[in-house]
Amino acid sequence: MSQNLSTENSLQLSSQDLEKDSKIQFGFWVYIMTDCVLFASLFATYAVLHTSTFGGTSGQQLFNMHNVLAETLLLLTSSFTCGLGILAARAKDKQKVILWLLATFLLGLAFLALELTEFRHLYVDGNGWTRSAFLSAFYTLVGTHGLHITIGLIWICTMAARVYNAGLTKTNARQLTLLSIFWHFLDIVWIFIFTIVYLMGALGK
Amino acid sequence: MNNFAAILGRLNTSAIPKDKMTLGAGVSIVLVTLAVMVFLTVTKRWKWLWTEWLTSVDPKKIGVMYIVIALLMLIRGGSDALMIRAQQATSVGASHGILTANTFQQVFSAHGTIMIFFAAMGLMFGLINLVIPLQIGARDVAFPFLNLVSFWLFAAGMVLINLSLGIGEFSAAGWLAYPPLSELAYSPGVGVDYWIWSLQIAGIGSLLSGINFFVTIIKMRCPGMTLMKMPMFAWSVLASMLLVMFAFPILTVSLALLALDRTLGMHFFTASGGGNPMMYVNLIWAWGHPEVYILILPAFGIFSEVVATFSRKRLFGYTSMVWAIGVITVLSFTVWLHHFFTMGAGADVNGFFGIMTMIIAIPTGVKIFNWLFTMHRGKIHFGVPMYWFMGFIGLFTVGGVAGVVMSVPPADFQLHNSLFLVAHFHNMIIGGVVFGYLAGINYWFPKIFGFKLNEKLGKLSFWCWFIGFLVAFVPLYILGLMGATRRIDHYSPSLGWQPLFIVAAIGAGIIALGVGLFVLQILVSIFQRKNNMDYTGDPWNGRTLEWSIPSPAPFYNYAVTPVVDDIDPFWKSKQEVGHKRSTKIKYEPITMPKNSGLPIIIGGLSVAFGFGMIWHIWWLSIVGVLAAIVCVIVRTSGDEHEYTLSAKKIEETEKYYADRKLTAAKKGLA
Repeated sequence: MSQNLSTENSLQLSSQDLEKDSKIQFGFWVYIMTDCVLFASLFATYAVLHTSTFGGTSGQQLFNMHNVLAETLLLLTSSFTCGLGILAARAKDKQKVILWLLATFLLGLAFLALELTEFRHLYVDGNGWTRSAFLSAFYTLVGTHGLHITIGLIWICTMAARVYNAGLTKTNARQLTLLSIFWHFLDIVWIFIFTIVYLMGALGK
Repeated sequence: MNNFAAILGRLNTSAIPKDKMTLGAGVSIVLVTLAVMVFLTVTKRWKWLWTEWLTSVDPKKIGVMYIVIALLMLIRGGSDALMIRAQQATSVGASHGILTANTFQQVFSAHGTIMIFFAAMGLMFGLINLVIPLQIGARDVAFPFLNLVSFWLFAAGMVLINLSLGIGEFSAAGWLAYPPLSELAYSPGVGVDYWIWSLQIAGIGSLLSGINFFVTIIKMRCPGMTLMKMPMFAWSVLASMLLVMFAFPILTVSLALLALDRTLGMHFFTASGGGNPMMYVNLIWAWGHPEVYILILPAFGIFSEVVATFSRKRLFGYTSMVWAIGVITVLSFTVWLHHFFTMGAGADVNGFFGIMTMIIAIPTGVKIFNWLFTMHRGKIHFGVPMYWFMGFIGLFTVGGVAGVVMSVPPADFQLHNSLFLVAHFHNMIIGGVVFGYLAGINYWFPKIFGFKLNEKLGKLSFWCWFIGFLVAFVPLYILGLMGATRRIDHYSPSLGWQPLFIVAAIGAGIIALGVGLFVLQILVSIFQRKNNMDYTGDPWNGRTLEWSIPSPAPFYNYAVTPVVDDIDPFWKSKQEVGHKRSTKIKYEPITMPKNSGLPIIIGGLSVAFGFGMIWHIWWLSIVGVLAAIVCVIVRTSGDEHEYTLSAKKIEETEKYYADRKLTAAKKGLA
């Protein structure tokens, strides 16, 4: 503990660095906000089209809630491990940062695998995205989140490699913070998907 | 058919346009590009172009590149306009005009798309890049590298939309490509795909620029410049960028969903499968209406600077100006439905949006009065920017009133899709946006290049635009009231419309002359620059910070970060009698961003990606995306993106400017 404190004190952040940090973090939050608008548009589209099943199956008959629960738990846990990674970075513990990043990566990958399995099952059963407007909106909304997760996974990999190579430099520490903002944001979007698409869908709302 | 489908997708020899006019335009673009390349090779300017311009992260240079592309696109879109006018003036009775129906549809779709996305947006981001860092006392934008990426994404979109002239065809579904017409069932060709992907790529560039300049204005103002001491142009850009941040993601989604329909057979907006075409119209206008204000707000900002400077008076009602901008920003998201009152949303919904549309005219009216009161009792100097301002006040007010007329839903049922509407929005976009940006170019040109633009040609150009506008669009108002709909390619002589269409065509010709004179103005000014040098850095007796430094502005903008305590800090410092800058200034080293070749590569990869998506050349798109991801990883892995400019170098540059000013002053005395 005392060792951690001393390293923290020895780290000299100039005012220029702080200014840069604040600029980049603010910019990233603004980007997250624009991504919120993007997801909001997709949610609105889904809300308009979720009853347009065109004589096909509705969400109530399609969704496998066990699968969705597993996905949710995986993603929430990955957010937790991501948070532990940031704590490790604050404590300047390079090994633990990499360890937690790997844990986050594996949990995210498992989430993505489950999602793709769900998509495959739906598709094989004749419920592909061309079947109805409802399914088009479903695949697009959930798939866009999945695409973000994929980008996040690539980012986690490169981040872990950078920390492994260069340690917790100023740049790496800054990027770690952005990565965790991104990852938590995807978690929140998932909560909305879980509620609006799956829970309300299962209830037939 | 195509034996190389796996490699070339839908692309085969039938992609060469059959229409002679399109082919001619495509070939001439190729020839001009080749001529430019030969010129660069002969004069050995490639290296200069690469290091000084294409890879430069200096916002002033990026701004100039934006404006060059935008002016080229203004000429391209203007040629389309001339063709539309020529067609409608001649295609009557037995004659079917100069264009086939299909080519005509492509021409008016291209005209609208190119003018809004590549001419107007280009001019806007160009001026923002040139002026914003200077005006807020900053040395750069918040994210210089991202700024260059934005520019190259814009350029990539521009390349794609122009490729459609020579390879394949362009969309024939209008500038906003309403489904179900724009769906695969009714537009099976590549035209709509060209439209989608060029806008998608350019739109992402705009979104990134929006974030960048928002953060720049919020975080990088010089000490003392509180929000309520910001120049009005900076305020208008802040509001406009806020709108970009909220509106452009909606465009991204609308375009993506249409692309999914067309490429993967989804059913968002199709007529069958449960799709809902009305949702597209809602989504696209939820972006489209704020977009109108994204374009006009910076023009308002430019006029606020121009009218205060050329009236030698502080802007009247600064605070009310700021509030008016704020109100417009918020309300611009509450009026989108007035673009489709006739779609059948019901009387209550139409009533709400009609009233909101009338309300949004109020803050705009406040601004008009503020500008007029700024001139009142001012010492008005009629420079070229002021000409554009005067033209704007008249035209914009008339156009605005026409808009309020159409905000009444019953009236709109009559005027919807008529030439009255076309005349109205050209009244706003030419009279407001274009006049504003041309005023801005005339106003800030000396700050960027160090010499003023020719006054005589500038005024001639203005008169051509102004008179040409009236001759071209007043007939359209009348035709609209007579029942002529927009986008018609043929009509009966018994309607008696032809004389008015011929007058409108003549007007378009006069505007074209105005464009020509504007280009001539720039060229003549370059050749005669020795006569128009601006050694003082303050050619207009300016008020804001950018005029306090030499012209052309040094690449680091400010040698010493300025400190301000007034809305018009430079004007105030000039008024303080006996005020002298301390002769011995202590310069400090400055951290500057390094140039980078990655953005142009990302732009090139985006063209490859878009081209692959349009022609279903999947491997090309995949390679494009993966390579772009690698570029991002390479960039973010590096650390050395900055260098330090030594204090000595700054001192030398500043001394050069000071000496130059002194010699010029002596010469002036002698």
